[in-house]
Amino acid sequence: MAIKTEPFILNMGPQHPSTHGVFRMRVTLDGEVIVDVEPVIGYLHRGIEKLAEGRTYTQNIPLTDRMDYLASMTNNQAYVTAVEKLAGIQVPERAEYLRIIMAELMRIASHLMGVGFFLNDLGALMTPVLYMWREREKILDLFDMLCGQRLTYNYMRIGGVSHDIPEEFLSALKRFIAEMPGFTDEYDQLLAENEILLVRTKGVGILPKDLAINTGASGPVLRASGVKWDIRRADPYSIYDRFDFDIPTADSGDCYDRYWIKIQEIRQSTRILEQAVAQLPEGDICADVPQLIRPPVGEVYSRIEAPKGELGYYLVSDNSIAPYRFHVRPTELINLTALRDMSIGWKIADLIIIFGSIDVCLGEIDR
Amino acid sequence: MTVCLNGEEVAKKIGDAFPNSIDIADKATIIAKSEYLYQIAEFLKNNSDLKFDYLANQVAVDYMDYFEVVYNLVSLEYNHSLTLKVRCNDRENPTLPSVVSLWRTADYQEREIYDLMGITFTGHPNLKRLFLWEGFPGHPQRRDYL
Amino acid sequence: MEIERPKIISSYEIDLAEVERITQLKEKAEKSVIPDPDAWIDEELRRGIGLTTVDAVLDWARSRSIFPLMFGLACCAFEMIGTAASRFDIARWGMDIFRWSPRQADLMIVAGTLTWKMAPAVKRIYDQMAEPKWVIAMGACAISGGTFRESYSVVPGINRIIPVDVYVPGCPPRPEGLIYGITKIHKKITQDSLKRAKT
Repeated sequence: MAIKTEPFILNMGPQHPSTHGVFRMRVTLDGEVIVDVEPVIGYLHRGIEKLAEGRTYTQNIPLTDRMDYLASMTNNQAYVTAVEKLAGIQVPERAEYLRIIMAELMRIASHLMGVGFFLNDLGALMTPVLYMWREREKILDLFDMLCGQRLTYNYMRIGGVSHDIPEEFLSALKRFIAEMPGFTDEYDQLLAENEILLVRTKGVGILPKDLAINTGASGPVLRASGVKWDIRRADPYSIYDRFDFDIPTADSGDCYDRYWIKIQEIRQSTRILEQAVAQLPEGDICADVPQLIRPPVGEVYSRIEAPKGELGYYLVSDNSIAPYRFHVRPTELINLTALRDMSIGWKIADLIIIFGSIDVCLGEIDR
Repeated sequence: MTVCLNGEEVAKKIGDAFPNSIDIADKATIIAKSEYLYQIAEFLKNNSDLKFDYLANQVAVDYMDYFEVVYNLVSLEYNHSLTLKVRCNDRENPTLPSVVSLWRTADYQEREIYDLMGITFTGHPNLKRLFLWEGFPGHPQRRDYL
Repeated sequence: MEIERPKIISSYEIDLAEVERITQLKEKAEKSVIPDPDAWIDEELRRGIGLTTVDAVLDWARSRSIFPLMFGLACCAFEMIGTAASRFDIARWGMDIFRWSPRQADLMIVAGTLTWKMAPAVKRIYDQMAEPKWVIAMGACAISGGTFRESYSVVPGINRIIPVDVYVPGCPPRPEGLIYGITKIHKKITQDSLKRAKT
């Protein structure tokens, strides 16, 4: 006697413990095996691109903070780099070094959160999150000392940065750099040979190399599939060509590789920080730029390597005080294009892990 | 360093394959005619000297007389880039061919342009609104939406 | 035996049902603001006379063991998680387990920007919580729409959808600020009437 079965649609709604924000998925299931995944987004669409057309270039900097709220410094850096390219402004040396120090600290904090919540989805509940939060709190203390904010910094300005570092900052930063490799080894020791992690993530959610390039993935997701493409090396912006660091890549493109690359990138960022602190020169922190900046008529597409991938800004200017068109190339929306292909054939528990390994932040997807 | 290819030289190559398909080609960008968009995109992707396999960015801008859709193309192998643009003069019901079958990156980006700007892409497998709900009046990103 | 199975609804029909909920809520909410529940202020005066010990003990016990509902929408969610983490430990006030299901929670901390598309979900979850329940609006976006107020898709303050007890300002508020808001909720609960009627 054959049992009649039919697939049914399960709604993993906007309020859900594992969706990293207000993300909704309509999953078509056959038993527990996934047949189709349809992401539904827009629950945090605040209309930032439209709001930015009514604000001046400097007033848009706090607006860019709130997009990928786990990595605000790199959002700021991407935007001011684009405006400087459009207006042809030269940034002083000390400001460039300070920007790189803040961007690399931000990369470490963002990857710690990415790894921590990935392990949370695996079932290790809050323990890895709290371990990694300990280091993140040290980084947030450094930022608090610098500009008074813990989450949305509004630190970079067009032509430089807004505040110079106080005296205690460098000694605290040097102490942090000295301790960080020890903590990274601690995470490796607890997690790298962990049986449950290996069984549940090796071979799960594989993203093949040509699909990764075709769907426009970038950042750790692309590097885990075997493509050695990092904008800090391929198209250097700021002064990244003066530093010596490696680009970790992996070759199978499964969830374990995406996790492993983030841990390696934390180590490489610590290396860059050491070199930047040693070479930090004296000087101005901001170029002499008018209060209401009017770039010449034109357009620009400029991109940086944010922690989650390639963050690009497309700006069109018509010589007025506000941008004519302000568009963000959303890293995470484009990384999410491959979710359906990666998860067909796996079970619901694996879907949560695959989604966690892409490491999304809904503020940037929905803008 | 990613090299920005000279638009005039690439336009010559395209002109050999598809005559009379390009409107303007200057140093920075190529502006193509909308009927030839799909063929030009396929040529740019498959040609062995150019090999633009990565669509970095796709965005629509509303200049009040016309809409302009900009494609920023990158080649990961040769590390060079190009900007391709297409114009659409219809204000009521703008349509363009979709490039989803060439670069799957365009999937969500074209849905976003349809949602916020109102440009329809023919050939897209699932063109429905992405951020706003069905029945939202108008397309907010247009310059005349208040 | 033939079992009656419900027919499969298509994705498009689910979308249309959602649109109807959003437009109905939007028409009602755009016109007026839900007033803040402030009946406890009169209660404070009346409590000076004739307070029973049972009432006092029950209110004290209820306020020191609240189960918060995690409703983080945007950036403020990370300061809320930071308050629950080991440095600004919220377990000191008995609130260490953040519940994800509204049936098991008393306090709803709405942290982040609310959009019209998300509003029916907030209303539904608030209705699913059991009495007595309280709401904290955390961050500038939840209080009044914040820096996104003029946008076409942002609700200008969650008090258009649900009644709010405590407003915690900041963008995002520091964990110390959220803890101060929670102590205000404690004060409110100890002074709220046991027989409070809800409409």
